[in-house]
Amino acid sequence: MGVQARKPPPQFALKLRRALGGKAGWNGVAVQLVFGAILAWIVYEVISNARTNLETQHIAAGFGFLNNSASFDVNQTLISYSGSDTYFRVFLVGILNTLLVSVVGIFFATVIGFVVALCRLSPNWLVSRVGGLYVEAIRNLPLLFQILFWYLAVLAALPAPRQSLSIFGAIFLNNRGVIVPSPEGQPGFVPFLAALALGIVASLGLRSYALRALFAQGRAIRIWPYVLTLLVGLPLLTMLAFGPPVTFEFPQLKGFNFAGGARIIPEFVALTVGLSTYTAAFIAEIVRAGILSVHKGQMEAGSSLGLSRGATLRLIVVPQAMRVIVPPLTNQYLNLTKNSSLAVAIGYPDLVSVFAGTALSQTGQAIEILVMTMGVYLLISLATSAIMSVYGWRLSRSLGA
Amino acid sequence: MKRVTLALSLALAAGLSAQAADAQTLKTIKDRGMLSCGVSQGLPGFSSPDDKGNWTGIDVDVCRAIAAAVLNDPTKIKFVPLSAKDRFTALQSGEIDVLSRNTTWTVSRDTSLGANFTGVTYYDGQGFMVKKSLKVNSALELNSASVCVQTGTTTELNLADYFKANNMKYEVIAFGTIDEAIKAYESGRCDVFTDDSSGLYASRLKLTNPADHVVLPEIISKEPLGPMVRHGDDQWFDIVKWTLFAMVTAEELGITQKNVDEMVKSDKPELKRVLGTDGNLGEQLGLTKDWVIRIVKAVGNYGESFDRNVGAGSPLKISRGLNNLWTKGGLQYAPPIR
Repeated sequence: MGVQARKPPPQFALKLRRALGGKAGWNGVAVQLVFGAILAWIVYEVISNARTNLETQHIAAGFGFLNNSASFDVNQTLISYSGSDTYFRVFLVGILNTLLVSVVGIFFATVIGFVVALCRLSPNWLVSRVGGLYVEAIRNLPLLFQILFWYLAVLAALPAPRQSLSIFGAIFLNNRGVIVPSPEGQPGFVPFLAALALGIVASLGLRSYALRALFAQGRAIRIWPYVLTLLVGLPLLTMLAFGPPVTFEFPQLKGFNFAGGARIIPEFVALTVGLSTYTAAFIAEIVRAGILSVHKGQMEAGSSLGLSRGATLRLIVVPQAMRVIVPPLTNQYLNLTKNSSLAVAIGYPDLVSVFAGTALSQTGQAIEILVMTMGVYLLISLATSAIMSVYGWRLSRSLGA
Repeated sequence: MKRVTLALSLALAAGLSAQAADAQTLKTIKDRGMLSCGVSQGLPGFSSPDDKGNWTGIDVDVCRAIAAAVLNDPTKIKFVPLSAKDRFTALQSGEIDVLSRNTTWTVSRDTSLGANFTGVTYYDGQGFMVKKSLKVNSALELNSASVCVQTGTTTELNLADYFKANNMKYEVIAFGTIDEAIKAYESGRCDVFTDDSSGLYASRLKLTNPADHVVLPEIISKEPLGPMVRHGDDQWFDIVKWTLFAMVTAEELGITQKNVDEMVKSDKPELKRVLGTDGNLGEQLGLTKDWVIRIVKAVGNYGESFDRNVGAGSPLKISRGLNNLWTKGGLQYAPPIR
């Protein structure tokens, strides 16, 4: 008679008990449930009480206002917007402006941060002191002050529209911003794009072939002449065949300002410069710490292989440092996004300025608008951390950690 | 951030208090011994602090008159400086008892904000200021201009309406406070600065060279500015409303800060009623019989306050215009005190 294997006890109830009750077992579960119920009841009471109180005071409540027309204008919109659009559209315009300044700011902050960190670590005395000076000066001054400085300094330095600085009569620089010719699509645009795409795909293929050849057979193939031909030559050929892909509408001085062309407003420039230089100072320290956390032997190993300092950093040290850098770097990205709400001081139309500012005071619906605004920042921040977590996870996996 | 704290306190007040509509404003103020008054962050002539921190201005005088009537002391006031976009939340959340901050009376503000306007302290209208060097003579020549404005104001909405109605293009740059807007205008970021025309004259004084700037003749809107109180306390609403009317009535009857003690001795029936030597009108309001005397002693009559703060006796030198008494061709008119 064979021995019958005993069936394992059901796991689900046990796990639930452990998760909810911890060591206290089912009593713990009961306490948790009661606690949850009380919390839900309090929240419900607060919300319903707030509703009745707002009603008795005749303060408008609810989200119906989002469909009313906003009837004020905004000077930078990524989607079409006019005063007759709704408050909901204002909300979208604000989100997009916030995202724009955050993404551009994060990009430049990262680039400047890495450069400054490498400067600080440089064996060159002058370069490392300049890097150190940058970090100490920038991170010890209040951000709002820096943004105002950039805004007013930039504005003071630039001439009025009628005395614009002009570059080849096409790009104009004045205190209303940078005005560049705006491209307009022509019939040759689609073939041009197709040729460019083809060139990029072919170059990528070449690169992976060259890499495989390098690793498998130890053959180094020079591919850059081919890549150059593919990326420049192909589109040039289509331009000859189909005509130019775009023509440019040149800005013209009309009345007070330039008409035509595309414009980057000075508020955007000042805010981006302020945010990215400020955050870069912190990123520089994070990157420096990350690089210093990699054992000195790695650097020496690199040079003993005959790699240059740059190549050692790029291929050996920085990939290992990234594991230490990514979590605090995420914090800085989140800080930059949240700090972008200082925009209101210089009149950049971000979410806080147009929605939690103008729309709030025109409708008076403070609670609803602030809840929506906080929700957006929460979502942006969570999305940023999620992306960075995925990146960090892939990084650790590739390093075999 | 101030706005977030205000909104949170509003949410808390609404969410936690059993009854947010506090019908006890007068009692609360008397118990506290202090009137909390919402004013601007500094608009000369209306409400601005001097270098010693004393607030002056026509809006401030309304606060002082209320404090005099209620507490018999025009100095027992806590002034709360508010930006345009924070002002209503501050009133709703109960941080201030009355908002006296050059605020335009509109139907949407009177209904949806849970607050009431109590009257008009100053009849204003929106105008434009430009640099003289631009050689602009009319607002209709402003096509394609860049305009600086304070955010959260009726000004911002009128601006959009005006340019749309006249089929003109413009670029708006909206700033959180009036000072930021002025600074950007002065630095050349904008061609035009727009505000209530009284505000334009006041702001012009802050510029480096006031003479280089000109206010255009067009007035593009009606801006009746007045104090606001919360819904749900009719007695307090009456007190604030009649304090202003008392100032206007005093001017009508020729009662001034100087002659008020003489006037009390008069036996004209109307003067006796107003100054409380006859009847108990003040007590019906929840105040004392001598409420008008207290008000006039504290700030003078409406005309005196106007002259001292924005009129001939001030650096602004704004003429009475619409703000003259109805008997002199203006709009200031108080219902009878009887």
